[in-house]
Amino acid sequence: MKNYLGKACIAVIVLVCSMFMVSGVGLATDTIKLGVAGAHSGDLASYGIPSVKAAELVVKDINARGGILGRQVVLLVEDDVCKPEVATNTATKLLSQGVDVVMGHICSGATKTALGIYKAENIICMSPSATNPPLTQSGDYPNFYRTIASDDAQARLEVDYALNVLKAKKIAVLHDKGDYGKGLAEFAKGFLEKDPRSTVVLYEGVTPGAVDYSAVVQKISRSEADAVIFGGYHPEASKIIMQMRKKRMDTAFISDDGVKDDTFIKVAGKYAEGVYATGPRDTSKNPLAIAATEAHKKAYGSDPGAFFLNAYAATQALLNAIEKAGSTDYQKVSQALKTEYVETPLGRIKFDDRGDAIGIGFSIYQVRDGVYVEVK
Amino acid sequence: MDYFLGLFLGGLTRGSIYALIALGYTMVYGIIELINFAHGEIYMIGAFTALIVISVLTLMGMNTIAILVIAGVIAVVYSSAYGYTLEKIAYKPLRAAPRLSALISAIGMSLFLQNYVLLAQTSDFLPFPNLVPDFEFMEPYAHIIGSAEIVILITTAIVMILLTILIKFTNIGKAMRAASQDKTMALLVGINVNRVISFTFVVGSATAAIGGVLIASHIGMINFYIGFIAGIKAFVAAVLGGIGSIPGAVLGGFVLGWTESFATGYISSDYEDVFAFLFLVLILIFRPQGILGRSDKHKA
Repeated sequence: MKNYLGKACIAVIVLVCSMFMVSGVGLATDTIKLGVAGAHSGDLASYGIPSVKAAELVVKDINARGGILGRQVVLLVEDDVCKPEVATNTATKLLSQGVDVVMGHICSGATKTALGIYKAENIICMSPSATNPPLTQSGDYPNFYRTIASDDAQARLEVDYALNVLKAKKIAVLHDKGDYGKGLAEFAKGFLEKDPRSTVVLYEGVTPGAVDYSAVVQKISRSEADAVIFGGYHPEASKIIMQMRKKRMDTAFISDDGVKDDTFIKVAGKYAEGVYATGPRDTSKNPLAIAATEAHKKAYGSDPGAFFLNAYAATQALLNAIEKAGSTDYQKVSQALKTEYVETPLGRIKFDDRGDAIGIGFSIYQVRDGVYVEVK
Repeated sequence: MDYFLGLFLGGLTRGSIYALIALGYTMVYGIIELINFAHGEIYMIGAFTALIVISVLTLMGMNTIAILVIAGVIAVVYSSAYGYTLEKIAYKPLRAAPRLSALISAIGMSLFLQNYVLLAQTSDFLPFPNLVPDFEFMEPYAHIIGSAEIVILITTAIVMILLTILIKFTNIGKAMRAASQDKTMALLVGINVNRVISFTFVVGSATAAIGGVLIASHIGMINFYIGFIAGIKAFVAAVLGGIGSIPGAVLGGFVLGWTESFATGYISSDYEDVFAFLFLVLILIFRPQGILGRSDKHKA
């Protein structure tokens, strides 16, 4: 009996292996291999799985229409658990399977380690979710693209708005000493210092939850700033703006996604009027986004998860570039990504020289009559 | 000069609020040597009560000053009731127990009250209407000090004067002083010490509630957590001035408010708390009993 079991086991293993060989042979025929890498299990699986579903939906659609350049698109899905040490294996495995382009990875750390491996083999990699600024800005990874704005995009937008639209000469930069707020404030300060049109007259952190901020407000007043850029969340922002307005200061106030919250308007009331805040561009009215969400609901019976639309757009952008390039050649596809616009659920996008998507990211909103209105 | 004055008055306003809360800490400590950690929550409950009353009265369309006064009075009454009950439930049964037990009980009550308000109300910040109108005669000075801040300063001064009269010249005030000097002796000469303790909690809670209403109206928002930070700062003020000493609590509040304000104004607001506590440490090194504290048995 024991012997039989052993033989059965071996038979099963051989069968399983040969099945892989069959599919391996199948892959070797003329298809386009799209790698999908990211966290598909573990703590952060909820960030990675929506990207797999997005890729499946896009590819199913495209294959039904005859594929790209007459070739069917095949998905190679690999899990990196969001860990840099696993991501190297994931990348190597995808390469050994002959991947043409990669949509992923999900986490910035894992993306960074995998990128080095793809770069050596001239493979393009496009992340729907890695927001770490140096990935594009360092210039180390010419093969990297992303369909999400980098962490400093909000700061960039705030600074550009203050300088170009509000024409502010003196700017006070404040933050709440937290990771998010201070990170943004540091980027904003860095951008302002590089620009000769303005000076940073004040750079300070405030203590969250303090009884009041009258001393900081006095300081802003003395600095004669034309605009305040605040990195942080709405409770501190509303306290500061209320005290500023009560001290009869009409200094412009620009803040971030942490302040673009209805509670801010509710609490600050009439003092919130005119405040600027950056927030993700509104895609809810984009017909492609609505269609993609509907397709997800139909196929999987639930609302899509995090970064679904970003992954959807990334898959579309990659396949569109291959089609426009007429091949999977690295140089040609890179060229196509940077020159050819593509319609995605996130809007009409192409990529800049560093690999960041143009047309994706944040908008400036302003409080007008008690609601945030997008400033065109 | 305007800048200095702005910082000075801003610090004074903040210090007044600390002082109003610190009074409760210091009076309770003076009599039963208990640090009432739930005191900050009484301040928060005062602010919430006022908000509820204000919402109702505003619907009835009353004049804002009248609303402020009525809301303040109701908040004071309600908070005093809380303070009284708190003492009866959490501290009186532990009167003979070791001091640590009462301290744990105080921390427990603090957490209980915070979470109670969190559940009964909301964790979000709620807007608190600005009830102090902008006085016309204040307009030229609005960039230095607002009308709300003036109201805070004047109210605090009135409360301090009333409290001094209460402690110095009334019978219950004399009883409080007696109980703080020697509880057993006070009992022997026929003072109802339990009643004195209850009264102390009521007065302390009332001043905290006044502070709560004033600051909420000034900064325009409240949530369940405001009592914690204000309570800690007021406790520091009480220690700074000499815990157990009533003028000390007031002075400690002002000193702390000024330290924070000037540290922010002339150095950096990043270090606001650093300087406040640095100052506390320095004072305690050279005067362990606090600025106006007595160096007798009442030492923490």
